[in-house]
Amino acid sequence: MVIKVLGTGCPKCQKLYSNVAEALEISGKSAEVIKITDLAQIMAYKVMSMPALVIDEKVVSSGQVLKSDTIATLL
Amino acid sequence: MFKIFTILADLVTFNLLGLEDGSSIGHSVHFFIEDVTKIYFMVVVMIYIIAILRAGLDTERVRAFLHGKSRGFGYLIAVLFGAITPFCSCSSIPLFLGFTSAGIPLGITMAFLITSPMINEVAIALLGGLLGLKFTIIYITTGMAAGILGGLFLDAIGAERYLTDLGNQASALAAGVDKKDLEKERIRLSLRERHEFAKTEVKTIFGRIWKWVLIGVGVGAALHGFVPNDFIAQHLGEGQWWSVPAAVLLGIPLYSNATGMIPIAESLLNKGLPVGTTLALMMSTVAASFPEFVLLKQVMKPKLLVIFFFLLLVLFTCAGWIFNLVF
Repeated sequence: MVIKVLGTGCPKCQKLYSNVAEALEISGKSAEVIKITDLAQIMAYKVMSMPALVIDEKVVSSGQVLKSDTIATLL
Repeated sequence: MFKIFTILADLVTFNLLGLEDGSSIGHSVHFFIEDVTKIYFMVVVMIYIIAILRAGLDTERVRAFLHGKSRGFGYLIAVLFGAITPFCSCSSIPLFLGFTSAGIPLGITMAFLITSPMINEVAIALLGGLLGLKFTIIYITTGMAAGILGGLFLDAIGAERYLTDLGNQASALAAGVDKKDLEKERIRLSLRERHEFAKTEVKTIFGRIWKWVLIGVGVGAALHGFVPNDFIAQHLGEGQWWSVPAAVLLGIPLYSNATGMIPIAESLLNKGLPVGTTLALMMSTVAASFPEFVLLKQVMKPKLLVIFFFLLLVLFTCAGWIFNLVF
């Protein structure tokens, strides 16, 4: 599984990133977590509100910082 | 309705803390307590009300709505949405790219981006609570007018020419976009879901701004108690035309959000700073900042950035002058 956190480096994006790490711990699953800050790449996912979360190339949320337990259910 | 906050401040300042009525410190503390309690109350109420109404509206839906609208109508709708849609500054470039790649004219996108930081529910709550209805309406109208005029101007000079490669890539995508691609399924929300959304909004937004309120009111309170009453009026009063552009220039490096700025503006107004000058200072502090320009640099060539900078300068200065003349 590949999880991508899209965002330009604002505090909210950092928070989402750390929530993803927590979610992985909660669920006991393993995944590769990548931070995407390059705008051209972000644009390719057609999201406009940061931060956004992409799981296996599917955009699951944008514009909100999901809580770790919510992310865990998405994994 | 706001009387209760004055009574509370009286109680705490003079009875509980035993400060003397009429002393500088007494004035400052009283101002601080009254404003902080009032603002916190107003802000929570406003965020909740707007969030109930706004639940389910996001930038994707705004974009779909703006797509293919006639220009004149487009500007107006863009600033209206700009006013009610919150967005954090880290989203401004993705939003810019998203709008551009959907074929929305640059001027309309910029109208949205100029207005959005200036007008939001927190600003409205603060303005209403501290400066009264009249000033609130002036502020909202001017903020929207600035967005519309700014957008019109950028389209009139053909500003798309000055986009960077990244910006152009986004424009290129626009050719293949169909309205259907943009439309998202409309989610019907129950009242309960709206309430849940509003509750979360209150929590997040309040969590973000409470300290700004403290800082803003703190500075305002210090001005209130310690700056002599006619000092500002004498030095920056009506007669001096240059005070408006000076206020705008001063506001650019002062980077704050509307939340921190409004209590300071209240204090300045009370000290006799003319309405137009105060308005100009507020708008430039909130809407124009160096971090914002650094972000925009990714999509705009330097020439357009400079144009945009002067455009904001001129818009806010004119707004200030007009209001100084009228009031």
